[in-house]
Amino acid sequence: MKSDDYLELDFSDLPAAWATDRREFLKILGGGIFVFVTVGEAESLAQPGRRGGPGQSMPSDFNAFLKIGEDGRVSCFTGKIEMGQGVITSLAQMLAEELNVPLRSVDMVMGDTELCPWDMGTFGSMTTRFFGPPLRAAAAEARAVLIQLAAERLQAPVAELQVEEGMIFHKQQRDKRVSYAELTKGKKIERRLEGKAVPEAVGDFTIVGKPVLRSDAQDKVTGKAKYAGDIRLPGMLCAKILRPPAHGAKLNSVDTSAAEKVPGVRVVREGDLIAVVHQHPDVAEWALSQVVAQFDPPKVEVDDRTIFDHLLKVAPEGRTVASGGDLKKGEQLATTLVEETYLNSYVAHAPIEPHAAVAKIEGGKATVWASTQNPFGVRGEVAGALGLSAENVRVITPFVGGGFGGKTNNRQAVEAARLAKAVGQPVQVTWSRAEEFFYDTFRPAAVVKIRSGTDGSGRIVLWDYREYFAGDRGAQHFYDVPHHSTTSHGGGWRGGGGPHPFATGPWRAPANNTNSFARESQIDVMAAKLGADPVLFRVSNLKDDRMLGVLKAAAAKFGWKPNKAPSGRGVGVACGTDSGTCVAWIAEVAVDKGSGQVQVKRVVCAQDMGLVINPEGARIQMEGCITMGLGYVLTEEVRFKGGEVLDRNFDTYKIPRFSWLPEIETVLIEAQNSPAQGGGEPAIIGMGAVIANAVFDATGARLRQLPMTPDRIKAALKES
Amino acid sequence: MEETIQFKLNGNPVRVAADGQRKLLWVLRSDLGLTGSKCGCAEGYCGACTVLVDGEPVRSCLVPVGKVQGKEVVTIEGLATDGRLHPVQKAFVEHDALQCGYCTPGMILQVVGLLRKNPRPSRPDIVKFMDDNYCRCGAHARIVQAVWSAALAISGGTNP
Repeated sequence: MKSDDYLELDFSDLPAAWATDRREFLKILGGGIFVFVTVGEAESLAQPGRRGGPGQSMPSDFNAFLKIGEDGRVSCFTGKIEMGQGVITSLAQMLAEELNVPLRSVDMVMGDTELCPWDMGTFGSMTTRFFGPPLRAAAAEARAVLIQLAAERLQAPVAELQVEEGMIFHKQQRDKRVSYAELTKGKKIERRLEGKAVPEAVGDFTIVGKPVLRSDAQDKVTGKAKYAGDIRLPGMLCAKILRPPAHGAKLNSVDTSAAEKVPGVRVVREGDLIAVVHQHPDVAEWALSQVVAQFDPPKVEVDDRTIFDHLLKVAPEGRTVASGGDLKKGEQLATTLVEETYLNSYVAHAPIEPHAAVAKIEGGKATVWASTQNPFGVRGEVAGALGLSAENVRVITPFVGGGFGGKTNNRQAVEAARLAKAVGQPVQVTWSRAEEFFYDTFRPAAVVKIRSGTDGSGRIVLWDYREYFAGDRGAQHFYDVPHHSTTSHGGGWRGGGGPHPFATGPWRAPANNTNSFARESQIDVMAAKLGADPVLFRVSNLKDDRMLGVLKAAAAKFGWKPNKAPSGRGVGVACGTDSGTCVAWIAEVAVDKGSGQVQVKRVVCAQDMGLVINPEGARIQMEGCITMGLGYVLTEEVRFKGGEVLDRNFDTYKIPRFSWLPEIETVLIEAQNSPAQGGGEPAIIGMGAVIANAVFDATGARLRQLPMTPDRIKAALKES
Repeated sequence: MEETIQFKLNGNPVRVAADGQRKLLWVLRSDLGLTGSKCGCAEGYCGACTVLVDGEPVRSCLVPVGKVQGKEVVTIEGLATDGRLHPVQKAFVEHDALQCGYCTPGMILQVVGLLRKNPRPSRPDIVKFMDDNYCRCGAHARIVQAVWSAALAISGGTNP
C-alpha cells in the first residue's frame, strides 16, 4: 500500500536484474537493518509450485520482512492487503511497540508482488493471528541488533541502555544517546529471525492494546486514497465487456456495427471476450449498449426455491468431521428428541467497490493494479493468461474497497490484462454492479439437518449433525455432549457447473454463518422444549471456560433475566467460535406481526480473542460484523433462475442501512497473555441464530431459513 | 452532442467539452481526473458518488453534466480548506467512522448537506437523511457518532 510512494512505480522504475538473488534484492532496498520472517503459513508456503521456481522474483525462504532504514524509519513489507479490516494499523502498532518507535514512523508496504514476499492472500482472520507473533519477534530481533550497535557506539553495557521513541539512551547518563537512524547509516545488516530475541512483556506495552485511530483515515476522508478504479495511466482505455444473460448461455450472433460508429470507440475481440474500449468508461458503457447480441439460453434446472431439494439430491457421501461416544447409546439416553432442518440461501459479497483492475504491458512485462485479496494469485492468473512467466508480472494492490472473501476471485484482472495485450495500450476494467452480482462467488446455499436429544436432567446426550454444502468451518459443536457426530456432505467451493448453478466461494467467516445459525437455533429449540432458560441451558451444557466466559459476560452486560422462551420479550442468545475466537451474542428484537418486519433493537456481543492488539480496531470489526450480519439474516438472498442471476443492483438486493442499526454494545474479554486470535470475522457468525432465537422469544415462531424475510416470518407465525 | 460546460469546481472555474447528457460522476472522474467520488452502483441507490451542487448533496451518477452549467460543485477533494480538514472529515477520522473507505467521500458530503439544513440533527434525523448512503463494512454506528460530533464542532456549544 503506502500508495503515494509505490503506486507510481512500475516495472520501468525497477532495475533489470530484479530477481531471485538475495544480494541483488538487498542492493535494491538500500541500507539499513533487515529482518526476514517466515510466518505461520509455512505449510501452504511450502506447497510445490507456489514457492521458488521461475515464478518467484525474490528469495523464497521468507514471506515478510522489515527494514529499519538509514533514516530511522521502519518499513514492513508484506503481501497482505488492507480492505477495511485495519491491519495497516494493527501490524504497524505491533512493530512500533517492539521497536520503541512512534507509530507514525512505521510504513506499511502491502500487496505489491515485486516489493513484498509471497503471501497466499488476506482472508481467514489470519493476519493478526499468524503474522503477529513472528512480526513482533522480528521487531524484537531488530531492536536487539540496534541495542548491540548502540552498546558498541556508546561503549556501555547493553543492560544499561534503554530505548525511547527510536533513541537509545544510557539509563543513568541520558546525554549518552544515539538514534536508530545514526546507527543504521551506511550499514547493511541482514538477520533471519531465529526466535532468540524476547518480545516485550505484555505489561510493558505502551502501543499494543491501546486504542489507536486508523492510519489510513486521513487519505480516506480527503479522497486521496487510491483504489484500483482510480488509477489513471497515460493512454489508458476503459473497457466494457459483453456479458451473457445467464451462466451457461452460448453466444449465437453478435452485431457490433452500431458500437463501432461511436466516435473514439474501438471494438475488441480477444478470444471469448468481446469488449468496447474508450477513453471514458461511461462512453464505453453506452457503446456496449449498442451491441446487439443473441444468446442461446441454458436449460433452467433449479431456482432459488428448488435449490435445497436439488442440493440434498446431488449431495455426495458424508465425511465425518468429528465424533465421540455412540449415537445409538445417546438415543437410548434421550428422553426428548429434536429433529430439524435449516436452510440458508446464496448470499452476495456486495462490497461497495465493484471489482476493478488496470493492466499495462510493456517490453514483455505486465503491471497490474487490482482490487484483490490475493495479489500473488492475480500474478499467477495474469501470467497464465498472457503466457508470461510470473516474474514478468507485477501486481500492485491499492486500497481495496471491501472484500469479505469476494475479492479472491480475480477475473477482472485477467480481463484487463488480456485486453491490454490486445489493444496495445493500458486498459482498465471496472465492473458494473450488475457484473459484480453476476460474477460474484456467492456464499453457497446450504442445508443442515440436526437430530439431538436431552436426558431427564436437561443434559444434551445426543448430537447428530449433518451439513450439506455449507462447508465444515464451525460445524463442530463445542458443548459437552457424550454421544455426537458431525458429518460434512459436499463442502468446499467451486466454479459453476457443479451442484451450484454459478460459482461459490468464501464469504466472511465461510461456512460458519450457516453452521452457527443451525447449531444455536437447535440448542434453543431443545431449551424451549424443556422449558429451560436458553442462557442457563447453555451454561449447564458447556465445559469450555472461554465460551462460558463470553456467555456470562454478554449476559451480565445485557442484564439477562432468566425465563423460558417464548417470553414475549423478544430476547435471544447465541454462542459461536471462529478463527480461535469465542463469541456470545444477546439480542433484543421487535416483531411487527402484521407486516412480518423485524427491528433489531439491541445487540450485546462479548468476545474473547486473546491478546487484543488494537481494542478500538477490534470493536470496530465487531460492530461491522453485527451490522453486516443483519443483511444475510433479514433480507439478503440471491434470486435466480438457473444460471440467470435476477438480483442485479441494490434495489432488489437489500443490504443493511442506517435505519436498521441497533444499539450495539461490545465487550472484550481481558486475555492479554493468550495469543492473539482472529477479529475480522467471528462476531458475524452468530447473527442468524441470535435474531432467530429472539424472534421466537417475541412471537413463538421458529424461523428455520435465512434470510428471515417478512414473508417467511408471517408463514412461521401462522405455523406457530 | 458535445458542448462546452462551465461550472465552479471546488472553488475554481472549470470548462469541459463534453456531451451534456454524460453523467457528472464520469466527467469528474475521467475527464477531470478527480477520483475521490466513487461509483458503487451507477443507479443512484448507494450514494458513493454523492457530491454537492450549490450546497445540496446529489447523486453524481444520475446528474447530467449539462445540468451543472453555471453551478458550484464541491467534491471530497475540495472540502478541506488550506490543508485543514472540514469538521465533518475531522469527525470521521476521530470517530473511526470508516473501514474500507470506499463509501466515505459520499457519506461525508451527505453529512455536510445534512448539517447545512439541520445543524443539530437528532438520531432519527440522521437516520432519515443518511439512510440511502450504503456502507458494507458496517461503520454505521461510528458514522452517527461522527455526525453528532461534527454538528457540535460546527455550531459550537454543548450536546442537546
